[in-house]
Amino acid sequence: MEPLTQRSLRDLRDAVRSGEVSAREVAQAHLNRIAEAEPSVSALLAVTADDALTQADAVDLARSRGDAIGALAGVPIALKDVICTRGVATTCGSRILSGWKPPYDATVTARLRAAGAVMLGKANCDEFAMGSSTENSAYGPTRNPWNLACVPGGSSGGSAAAVAVGEVAGSLGSDTGGSIRQPAALCGIVGLKPTYGRVSRFGLVAYASSLDQIGPMARSVEDAALLLDAIAGLDPLDATSVDAPPFRAESAMRGDIRGLRIGVPTEFMGDGVDGPVASAVRAAVEALCALGATAEECSLPTARHSLATYYILAPAEASSNLARYDGVRFGVRAAGGFGHAGMTEASREAGFGAETKQRILVGTYALSAGYYDAYYLQAQKVRTLIRRDFDAAFKRFDVLVTPTSPTVAFGIGERSDDPLAMKLADVCTLPANMAGIPGVSIPCGMDRGLPIGLQIMGRSFDEETTLRAAHAYEQATHWHTLRPEVAC
Amino acid sequence: MPGTQVETRYVGSIGMEVHAELLTESKMFCGCRNAFGGEPNTRCCPVCLGLPGSLPVANRLAVELVVRAALALNCAISPIAKFDRKNYFYPDLPKGYQISQYDQPIGSGGWLDIESEAGPRRVHIRRVHLEEDTGKLMHLPTGDSAVDYNRSGVPLMEIVTEFPPDMSSADEARAYLVKLRAILTCIGVSDGKMEQGSLRCEPNISVRPEGSAAFGTKTEIKNLNSFRAVHRGVQHELARQVALLRRGDRVAQETRGWNEARGETVLQRVKEVEQEYRYFPEPDLMPVHIDDARVGLIRARLPELPDAARVRLVDQYGLSPAEADLLTQTAAWTAYFERAAGLCGNARATANWMMGELARLLNAANLEIEQCKAGPEALADLLAMVENGRISGKMAKGVWEAAFETGEAPAAIAARQGEQISDADALGAVLDSVIAAQPDVWQALCAGDEKKLTFMVGQIMKQTRGKANPGEVNRLLRERMAGGAQ
Amino acid sequence: MPLTLDDVRRVANLARLELTDDEAAVQLRRINELMERFESLRELDVEGIEPTAHSAPLHNVLREDAARPSLPRDEALSGAPDAREGCFAVPLILEAS
Ligand SMILES: [Mg+2]
Ligand SMILES: [Zn+2]
Repeated sequence: MEPLTQRSLRDLRDAVRSGEVSAREVAQAHLNRIAEAEPSVSALLAVTADDALTQADAVDLARSRGDAIGALAGVPIALKDVICTRGVATTCGSRILSGWKPPYDATVTARLRAAGAVMLGKANCDEFAMGSSTENSAYGPTRNPWNLACVPGGSSGGSAAAVAVGEVAGSLGSDTGGSIRQPAALCGIVGLKPTYGRVSRFGLVAYASSLDQIGPMARSVEDAALLLDAIAGLDPLDATSVDAPPFRAESAMRGDIRGLRIGVPTEFMGDGVDGPVASAVRAAVEALCALGATAEECSLPTARHSLATYYILAPAEASSNLARYDGVRFGVRAAGGFGHAGMTEASREAGFGAETKQRILVGTYALSAGYYDAYYLQAQKVRTLIRRDFDAAFKRFDVLVTPTSPTVAFGIGERSDDPLAMKLADVCTLPANMAGIPGVSIPCGMDRGLPIGLQIMGRSFDEETTLRAAHAYEQATHWHTLRPEVAC
Repeated sequence: MPGTQVETRYVGSIGMEVHAELLTESKMFCGCRNAFGGEPNTRCCPVCLGLPGSLPVANRLAVELVVRAALALNCAISPIAKFDRKNYFYPDLPKGYQISQYDQPIGSGGWLDIESEAGPRRVHIRRVHLEEDTGKLMHLPTGDSAVDYNRSGVPLMEIVTEFPPDMSSADEARAYLVKLRAILTCIGVSDGKMEQGSLRCEPNISVRPEGSAAFGTKTEIKNLNSFRAVHRGVQHELARQVALLRRGDRVAQETRGWNEARGETVLQRVKEVEQEYRYFPEPDLMPVHIDDARVGLIRARLPELPDAARVRLVDQYGLSPAEADLLTQTAAWTAYFERAAGLCGNARATANWMMGELARLLNAANLEIEQCKAGPEALADLLAMVENGRISGKMAKGVWEAAFETGEAPAAIAARQGEQISDADALGAVLDSVIAAQPDVWQALCAGDEKKLTFMVGQIMKQTRGKANPGEVNRLLRERMAGGAQ
Repeated sequence: MPLTLDDVRRVANLARLELTDDEAAVQLRRINELMERFESLRELDVEGIEPTAHSAPLHNVLREDAARPSLPRDEALSGAPDAREGCFAVPLILEAS
């Protein structure tokens, strides 16, 4: 029989529910897998074994008593370390939050707990979710399970790698410019950035508030959908969360996509996209058409400005969001510096990494007197143009299909000295954040032993159509069944 | 020769920023209680501590209270108001930014009218906006500082006067603040407690030679926590600036603190460069749309404002404008007056008593009228007892002091202290004994020496230990005198 | 127009970042590489275009004015690097507000 750590989230849920296995067995099997794989991949910053077994036992007890159990009872998961977990260290991959234990749970954490999911650990990420390779973590890089010399993508690289190697059945990441979809692509799993406002951000440590969104990562579209089902919905604690018609995983899994209109924006298929990636995406479009969809090339003329727009707006918001790390109420206070201001400067100097500092500097600059109109306001107006392009495209198409990343995983250290090349990793994913629309990455091929990701974007709050297309494609292909072989 | 030159005259310009904490149950962006005092850091949560991951959600009532205040201050209400972040570092500011309103405040373009020694004046208000309060800093014996975030996130309304300033004197500055406080307390948006810091004012002051078009460099005064301090502080600062200019010095752009004990402003901080706040729209909070219907509803629910109350009090009760001003200083004063006057039917006596004895005792005890144990019913009873002669005006003061102290009913206090003697027979007996003891004086009085009247009254008062009704004594004496000297 | 080292220093000061000379030089180079790439953004014609500040089409998201329990004080203070007398302790404040 398939080992527990290879089984889908849905299978595990059903097996626990039916009594085929206990939640404790499931948790223990995954803890064993963590012990085995962590030395190679370094996906997790904390493993919460004791808590996990306690949670699993509670599920088993409830089941044995015949009490109602949650929709994800016994399912082993990991949370990106930018998501607050009460009493469990939440570091955001930063030295400045080393050892910080939030006194509260994020809304998604609370919802997963309520659903009976068993949290096994906190996943590594680029510091404050700023990066595309997980190399910006203060606690060392995570490695790509397909090739340990390569990056897993980022910033949710730990969440992606942990799922890919079977340490957990699913995980949550956060996506500000592609941080769920790009690592999902590079690790050969499914990653969904929901519509902005679909999932509460309360308890998600902010990077860029108007772009951040939490989303699921899993080994199949259905598993991702089940996770989304558990975490989505209006939250009175987040004023940007939307009271949208609820997302229903089951209806998204109805496979029929006959008549689905697919747009293929040419801007995402040209220069900078590796040949094998472009071919894989074209093949995927053909596969979708074979299932009854129709495809047509289209254009999103301002989408190419997404990168510049993003690198103004996100740092601007980040420069403000990261002002609270002053060594007063939480986190690390550095020695040195004179008086309160000196203490704050010393703490920020010692606590933040170079990339974080760069974004704080750029953002502060873009908001400062004399530059606000030229940079920040200009970028906000361009964001409007980008959104209009998408609105126009979605009048003609139900979904848009592009590569998730222009390349497969690159080598660790390869782009560290070329921050621009690093940032190009997000060119295909950034536009969806600009527009606030949902986007999912699913495996669609292999190049030199590394996975290729297909991105499907849909209309705002139409995760259902987006995931239906992804699910139909997945059912028709085998890419999602491939697993990396990580040293045991 | 210098002595023969005409000395330059200077005119002052005073603008004012006022911050008022709003009367809500919970804070601006979280459910922590909005209250004063208490153990430090006991009304805090992830939101008002600015913990990573926390998000603000705006308090509906706070928005409504600012709309109410803006309407009472004759402002236009912005159909779309939005929140912005004001970025700066300070340990009492937990997020490293204050959520405030920058280019789309809730209210703008308003005014209020004041009366001062220089006559009536309209003070224009540039904007009324909503923001959040900061925590409080304290000092530890070690020389370090300590932060209490109980106040962090309390809803705060900022009211800024228009530029160029309409005010030019300390009198006007005080009158503006008195009127503003009257309005804010009247409409229930603020408790107006300057000493607790729930109403704070920061005047900015400059002077320039009379006739000069250019404004002088302005300074800002902080730490003014009473009307008196505002008046003295502004007066002192105007004089200080004029003295500097007369000496040929310059006024530096700086923030100065009012030192109550020394009666002067002292340098707090020099503002070399304008602070750069890097305002931008708060991405965590959505815009607030305030449609005309909503504005209409809030306007319709406004109570009678102090200006209207003042006019009505003059009309209805025959008070002078100055008296009416005092009795409308807060809604509680107006309500107290009208209730007491209504009950006892003597508005004149009620006004006099409130402006005299009541104000004196409140001041001495440092209490607000709402905290007064002797309510308007007690005052009405007291004044009725004076009117029907059960107690003298002098006794009334003692009875009132006791009522103010304990809250006991004036009638009960008067009964215990012994009421006034008005009974003609009882007083007649006393009179007989006084005449018997002072036959010469009585003869002189009856012979027309009116000066002796005071002496006779005094003797009667002495014998009754002050309880004799003076009116009745007078009447009796005259009756006896008219009845002939036997 | 490229940033100067002075710009980086000024901005670092606003952001309470204390950069070493080496760090400032590296940041300057990298930021200018990035900003150069963004120049195209400034050339786009956005005449009459409304800025987008929020990603969700919402307004009037307000909570009712009701008090809820706060954190117990020890939990509020639990993350503080230095807590004394029920407060968050900080070194002497030299700069006035
Ligand atoms: Mg203010
Ligand atoms: Zn709070």
